[in-house]
Amino acid sequence: MSHLLHTLIEPGFFSSSPARLAIAIGGPVAIVAAVVGVFTVIRGQAFAGEALGDIGATGGASAYLAGVGAIWGFVGISVAAAGVMEAIGVQRVRGRDVATGIVLGAGFGLAALFLYLGTTYENTSGATVTILFGSIFALNPSDLPLVLGFGAGVLVAMTMLYRPLLLASISPELAAARGVPVRLIGAAYLISMAVAVALSALTIGAILSTALLVGPAAAALRLTARPGRAIAAAATIGVLSTMLGILLSYDSYDWAASPHAWPASFFIVTVVLLLYLASGWLRPRGQTRSQ
Amino acid sequence: MFSGFMVNAWIVATLVALVGAAVGFFVVMRGSAFVAHAIPNGSFAGAAGASLIAVNTILGLGIFSLVGALGIALLGRRGRHDVATALTLVFMLGLGALFLSFSSPYAPEIYSLLFGEVLGISTSQLWPTIALTLVCLTVLAILWRPLLLASVLPSSARGLDPFKIELCFLLLVALATTMTVPVVGTALIFSLMIGPAAAARSFTVRPHVALALAVAIALATVWTAIASSYSTNLPVGFFVGVLSACAYTVGRLWSWARRRGASGRSGAAVGRRSATAAA
Repeated sequence: MSHLLHTLIEPGFFSSSPARLAIAIGGPVAIVAAVVGVFTVIRGQAFAGEALGDIGATGGASAYLAGVGAIWGFVGISVAAAGVMEAIGVQRVRGRDVATGIVLGAGFGLAALFLYLGTTYENTSGATVTILFGSIFALNPSDLPLVLGFGAGVLVAMTMLYRPLLLASISPELAAARGVPVRLIGAAYLISMAVAVALSALTIGAILSTALLVGPAAAALRLTARPGRAIAAAATIGVLSTMLGILLSYDSYDWAASPHAWPASFFIVTVVLLLYLASGWLRPRGQTRSQ
Repeated sequence: MFSGFMVNAWIVATLVALVGAAVGFFVVMRGSAFVAHAIPNGSFAGAAGASLIAVNTILGLGIFSLVGALGIALLGRRGRHDVATALTLVFMLGLGALFLSFSSPYAPEIYSLLFGEVLGISTSQLWPTIALTLVCLTVLAILWRPLLLASVLPSSARGLDPFKIELCFLLLVALATTMTVPVVGTALIFSLMIGPAAAARSFTVRPHVALALAVAIALATVWTAIASSYSTNLPVGFFVGVLSACAYTVGRLWSWARRRGASGRSGAAVGRRSATAAA
């Protein structure tokens, strides 16, 4: 029995401080991303989330250039990008997908510039890979209070936004008729989403950050139509995926094919996808296909 | 700037602009910018994997673009389309991360894969690129009318299964991706597809004119990007992203100015006048 346990969980996992830090940061990030992500899926804003995540890479690269912690870069640039997108009304124009894409193109083009300016080409384990694909076992302990702080801020915002946001997302006309400031709510939500993907960027990388935002939420919404339950389910799925991903990555250190462990972000994203597919098979009868 | 390896870059860049703008025309019309972003980025894994097993990058790009296109189509059938696109994309990027971690430290490779490389077009890639251009343009010519009809009037296109149309369109994007990525990079090739096409559509609604204009703008964009990248050593992708945004902005400003000027007059009359002027 203990041999089986040892195979599943390599010895030393719970006493390894990088692993502990990964869990301590990964858990809250997954929760925040899932909570925000439920609305992302309902509102059909996955592309906007993806854009904000990718633009976060520019922030990570800027932070690297400036010598400050990556989290400031991710959060700062993502929020700035959300502000720009809201100011030029990207989400409200006809052809908003093209507008989003253009902003993404310009923003990520800047990432190319900053990464070029900031990094040396010498090693694969350099800043480029960390910013883009994450490095959950190489986080700084000083990131933990920042993550908890930003995360708590987002959760507080979501609590305050919950009812008007839900109404505005499902029926904007009805919301407006009831006096809900739909545009303002949308802007506040976009900024919350920016912080959520920025935090995800810290754990699984800027260009993969959408996985934690959209995956668990989409899976949850296939299992239940009630928003409250969906949020709880999404958070659970997100945390489960992150923990399993961290564990598998830790275990993979001794696997063949690579002199070092397989990237945690790969495992986390794969588990998210598998759970999403599973939710499709487990979907309760009578659920509309559009979920 | 016009000798040796650069000749290959100019030739390929011209073909890239041609195919990119043509496919981009439909990407914009169908509101599929996310898909155009997802498929190339997903193909990144294929390129990383190909260089891992020392196989031609184009093969890796091709296979993974197709896999990505199929993934998006199939997942999108059973669930929300934007979620399907997002999850297919991140899964493939995750695979790319995995393949990268297996390979020996070669950061210049990922950088060129992601953001393009002016000097990276070997002569052996030239003929496959030309072949793929011809295939793409042929497929586009065949699909032109059904795609146009299905994109403009999705519900009324008779005899056209929307899923089949969508699948063909996705496969076309995959094909275009395979040949356009090497110069511009996976991360920003979609900018070249949507920027010029969106700008062109701001200037005219006539499909053939818009297509020609999109190609012209794309050529200008990519040529400028190549020249700038050659001179400054900054990545091609950076210039493509920024220049596409500029083209798009000019197009939007034009539309906005035209709408301001048309207040009080019939929109149709102005549309006709502008279309004639732009022709």
